[in-house]
This record gives sequence, structure tokens and C-alpha cells, in this order.
Amino acid sequence: MRHSFSRILSLLLIVFITGACQRSRAGITVAGSTSVEPFAELLAEEYMSRNPASHIYVQGGGSTAGVEAAMAHAANIGMSSRSLLPKENSLFTLMIAKDAIAIIVNPKNPIHDLSMDQVRSVFSGKVNTWKELGGLPRPIVLVNREEGSGTRESFQKFVMEKEEISLDSLVQNTNGAIRQVVSNDPNAIGYLSLGLVNDQVKALKISGIEPDVANIESGKYALVRPFLFVLDGEPTGEVKVFLEFVLSPTAQKLLAKEGLVPVAKLSGDEPGR
Amino acid sequence: MKEKIIEKILLLVALSSILILALITFFIFEQGLPLISKVGPRAFILGERWVPSQGSYGILPMILSSFWVTFGALALSIPLGLACTIFLKEWSPPSAGLVLRPAIHLLAAIPSVIYGFWGLVVLVPLVRNYLGGPGLSILSGSVILGFMILPTIISISEDSLRALPPTYKEGALALGATHWQTIWRVLIPAARSGIVTSIVLGMGRAVGETMAMIMILGNSVKMPTSFLDSARTLTTNIGLEMAYASGDHRQALFATGIVLFVIIMLLNSLAIFLSRRRID
Repeated sequence: MRHSFSRILSLLLIVFITGACQRSRAGITVAGSTSVEPFAELLAEEYMSRNPASHIYVQGGGSTAGVEAAMAHAANIGMSSRSLLPKENSLFTLMIAKDAIAIIVNPKNPIHDLSMDQVRSVFSGKVNTWKELGGLPRPIVLVNREEGSGTRESFQKFVMEKEEISLDSLVQNTNGAIRQVVSNDPNAIGYLSLGLVNDQVKALKISGIEPDVANIESGKYALVRPFLFVLDGEPTGEVKVFLEFVLSPTAQKLLAKEGLVPVAKLSGDEPGR
Repeated sequence: MKEKIIEKILLLVALSSILILALITFFIFEQGLPLISKVGPRAFILGERWVPSQGSYGILPMILSSFWVTFGALALSIPLGLACTIFLKEWSPPSAGLVLRPAIHLLAAIPSVIYGFWGLVVLVPLVRNYLGGPGLSILSGSVILGFMILPTIISISEDSLRALPPTYKEGALALGATHWQTIWRVLIPAARSGIVTSIVLGMGRAVGETMAMIMILGNSVKMPTSFLDSARTLTTNIGLEMAYASGDHRQALFATGIVLFVIIMLLNSLAIFLSRRRID
């Protein structure tokens, strides 16, 4: 009996030690905003295919969770799709790209252009049929992100300003779910990351301005927010190498292909602002 | 010696499971109570506005929505469940029972995310196209939830019918009652406490269901006024906003958890109380 016990004990010990070893060469953990997540995954894949020895783990969780994870050292890099709050300003920030927020409707919806004021009155609940906007005589179904989401905060800041988003709106907690609901409901209107717009939904022009890279770069399309990587302290070691890769022309080109606006060639832009 | 060691180890393992429950309880209350006392219990439970970014934390719409969805689910699953139970116990030929019982158990084994996905793809468009509204609604949620709690209701109420002494049925039939009269007037009333227990346990599961409800209910925070309205229950509020919440908002979600915890505790105590009464 005692013999088998010591056996189990030593087995446990081995498991713990190997576990600890694996931890020490665990690679880089990147966690945070679900808007940044798919792009970070892309960068990680590309980086890992170039450096087969390294491992980069990308996790979602949300902007706030990402910033907190970076502060608590639970992740090496936090991802945020909103500017940092004053209390978070001590962190090292790197803007990896800019992203536009697209206002999306169902492809069957004949509307393709709204002014910012119209979008605001739709989302505040003042206008609640498509007919008032020149569309079909149908009710408008609002689809929103949940409280705390970086996309929602940016939308509130850029579009709604002081107005409140209607409490009647549906709430979904990922970009994917927003797209799913809007693509299924001909009366729906929502907003998500421009990079995630596909042919299931239609991105609206804002006062005649198409949400595309040219208009974002020239500043004509106003709904633009930063995609940030945040770290507690200056980057060192492999994290630094990865960040340098992220800003390299190859990586930035990759992001541009996915619909983001690269930051590398936009000189004079302060990172994190 | 060996016996003693095994006994001690088992005791330790058993205690650790209770310890974990105690830790969870402590943690939820420790995290949530400060916010309830800051907002005030009255404003928290009876408040109609939930806008964490503006500091409004009222969860009345969610408490009401939880009850609407649950009662909607019960309205579907009680008649269906009872009919199924009576058929299985009294009329089904043995061969049908061999197929039906495993099928009902399978219904319990389907992960809730699959129910949610099915509801989203099949049920929601049906509701939207034929009844109006966004489709993501209390009605859709209730129907899905009704199917999810059906196995709980059927298996426990069938057990309670089986536990009745055969003399009840024999006596009733001998007195000249028809089969249906025997079932409706004698067997069901005799097994009443077991059936009610099954319903209360089903309610507990319905109140606690999260994943499928996040997908189907639409999650808007407003007082429910119609079954075609979108709604947010207590559980979905936590599941939906946990990822991004920090500070007071996070505490408010734990506080939502406290309210949910109390409701589930009450329902489970009620179920235990009712099932104890069966022995009389």
C-alpha cells in the first residue's frame, strides 16, 4: 500500500514539474478585444510560420479584460479596441492599425446611405420605421453591442455623442452575433468592425461617404478607432520581436488586406492616441 | 489500516466538494454585496433601468423576464410532459417505451448551445415571419426552454407514478372506474407531490439556463410587455456582460448572481420540501 502511494506521489511530482517547465517556455499570450482578436490571430499565425519555435496564444475576452490582463501580467500583451482610460495610461501602448466602424443593414434593405444625424435618431429610438428614412414601411430593429464593449463605446462616442442608445434595442455580445442577426432580419440595423463586414450584410454610406480605406485614410469617414496592443512596461525579448513584426510592412500589408487601415506609413501619428 | 486511509480520503474528497460550494457562495456575496449596499437593495431589485455606463443598476426587467420566460416554458412543458408521462406509464406498449425513454434522455443530453443554435436558425425566423417582432423573443426562448426541461419533468414524474403501490390502480379499477378516471382521479393526485417536485426542478433549470437564452432572447433590457418582445434574463445578463465588465459594473453582475442564487436556492428548497412530503 505504502509503496503504491509513493509511486502516485512521484508521478504527481513529475506531472507538476513538467507542467511548470511547459509554463516557463509558454510563449506569448495575447488577450483582449474580440474586435482585434481575429487580426491578432492572423498576425500570430504569420509570425509562427516564420518562427516555428515560438508560440503565440490569442484569446478574446474584451478590451477591458485585455487591459486588465496586461496590468495583472496574466497576458503578455493586451488588446484594446478603444483608447485607454486615464487610469490605464501608465501602460505601454502600440497602435497596430486603425479600424472603422461600419453601420450595417440587411442586403435586402433598399437603404444604402444615411446621414450621421439619421443614424443617431435611429439608434436613440426617435425614428422607428424604415419608411421615415425613405425605405419600406417596416419597423426598425436595432442591434447593439453590450455595455462595456469597445465597439459600443466607440459608437457611443462617435455617433450618439450625448444621446442615449435606445433600451429597446437587441443586444448581442460579439461582432459575429451582430452580423448573424442583421443578416437574418431584413429590418435590422447594427454596427461592427469594418474588417468583419462580408457579403451577408451591407455597410451603409454615411452622408454619401463609402467606408473604405481611401476615405478612412483621408479622414472623410469619421467612425474610426484605434486597435491597440498594451503592455505593462517596455517590451523586451520575444514580445519585442513580435511587436516589431506587427509593425513591419509585411504584417501591415496583411492587416490592410483584411480591411484595416495600416499605421506604419502614417508617420506623425502618436501611438495610443 | 487500509480501511482507515480510504475512509479518510473519501471524507476529504467529500468535504472538498462542499468547501468549493461554500467558497463560491462566499465569493459571490463578497463581490456583489458592496454594490447592492451602495445602490440600495430597493433601487437594485426594483430599479427599471440598467445602464452601467451611467451608473444605473436596476434589475427588475431581468427578474420579470426570467419569470416570463420560465412560466412560458412551463406552460408548454407541463401539459406535454404530463401527457408523455401518462402515455409512457399507462398506455405505451413495451416496445414503444424502449424507444421513447432513451429518446427523452437524449433530449436531456443535447448541449444547450445546440438548442440555442437550432432555435436561432429555425424557430426565430418562423416567429419573425409569422408573428412579427424581431423573432428573438420571449416566445422563442420559452419554446426552446420548454423542450429543454421536458426530460426533467417526464423522468421524475414517471418515477413518482411508478412508486405508487399497485393496489391504488387495482382498487380504482375494481370499483368500476374507467382507465382514464383511474389515472386522472386516483394516480395523478396520489403522485401529486412527485409531479410538483419535477415541475419545480424544471423551473430551477429554466431559471438557470444561459447559453441558449443569450442566443435566442435578443437580450434587450426593458420591461417585458409581450411574448414577442426581446428580453434579458438574470443569467444572460451575467453571461453577456461579464467579459467586458470592470469595477462597479462587474460587482453589479455578481450582485445579479446573488439574486439568481437566492431564487434558485428557494426553488430547490421548495423541491426538497415537496419531495419529502411524498412519504405519507
